[in-house]
Amino acid sequence: MQLVVFVVCAVGAVAAGAAVFWVDSMARATFALLASFLFVAVDVLLLDLAYLGVLIILMMIMEMVVMAVFMIMYMMNPAGLMPMSMVHNRRGSLAIAVGTFLVLAAGILLIHWPTRRGAPPAEPTRQLGEALMGSKMLVMMVLGLALFATMVATVVLAQHRGRYHRYGDELDRRAPDDPIRGGVGR
Amino acid sequence: MMLQLFLLLAAALLAIGLYGALSQQSIVMIMMGIELMVNAVIVAGAASWWFLSPHRPDGQVLVVVAITVMAVEMAMGFAVTTAIFRARDVDMTDMAADLKK
Repeated sequence: MQLVVFVVCAVGAVAAGAAVFWVDSMARATFALLASFLFVAVDVLLLDLAYLGVLIILMMIMEMVVMAVFMIMYMMNPAGLMPMSMVHNRRGSLAIAVGTFLVLAAGILLIHWPTRRGAPPAEPTRQLGEALMGSKMLVMMVLGLALFATMVATVVLAQHRGRYHRYGDELDRRAPDDPIRGGVGR
Repeated sequence: MMLQLFLLLAAALLAIGLYGALSQQSIVMIMMGIELMVNAVIVAGAASWWFLSPHRPDGQVLVVVAITVMAVEMAMGFAVTTAIFRARDVDMTDMAADLKK
């Protein structure tokens, strides 16, 4: 039964992943990517990783909804009313991708994989939590720093006019330099 | 045998993502390709944990790192798209080629 669920989800994940670059609409591409993630999450759930599987499902639903908004904001043909093509070197990219898959598949099938060492814990989520708060604490700290740096960098990149634009590089301008007069301090 | 099946799924997802990242012109579509590749890392990490060494948490920690990388990649990608769209009114990599100068 598990094998059947795995095969159905694996085929679904690959097909939905391929559909991302095949459909004619930005919105459809986003939801095809979401379907691929959800199929993968079910396969992760099959491995007894309940917390990580549910985390992937919840996170990807939100992420793809945000992505759909950005797609419709920025890109052409969000509704798929006409064919679109925004590719370059399709043939070369396809050859590299197929070659990569064949090399990886050959390695996967030819390597003599070791047998399983140890037994799965009764509660994998507890094992993960204790690792992140114990022996793998450094990983958790680096992830926290990386997320904080991302928040700062995304705000700096995405804002149109910040305090340095308004008050100068040294923040020593008495009145802000705004294109439209008025507002606070005017 | 199941480990190989999971790894083949990961290899297929990685190959599809690689095709997208190499062939697409739109910055957001390139991000989708990269996300598919990170998705492959999630599958491979989870399968390695379960089938090779479930008594150690390393595979699970790798999955957490991959999920975080996915979030960071998406946030930075949208910020860069917003910045370049605001600066030049483009959202395609080919139109931003003069960044090389």
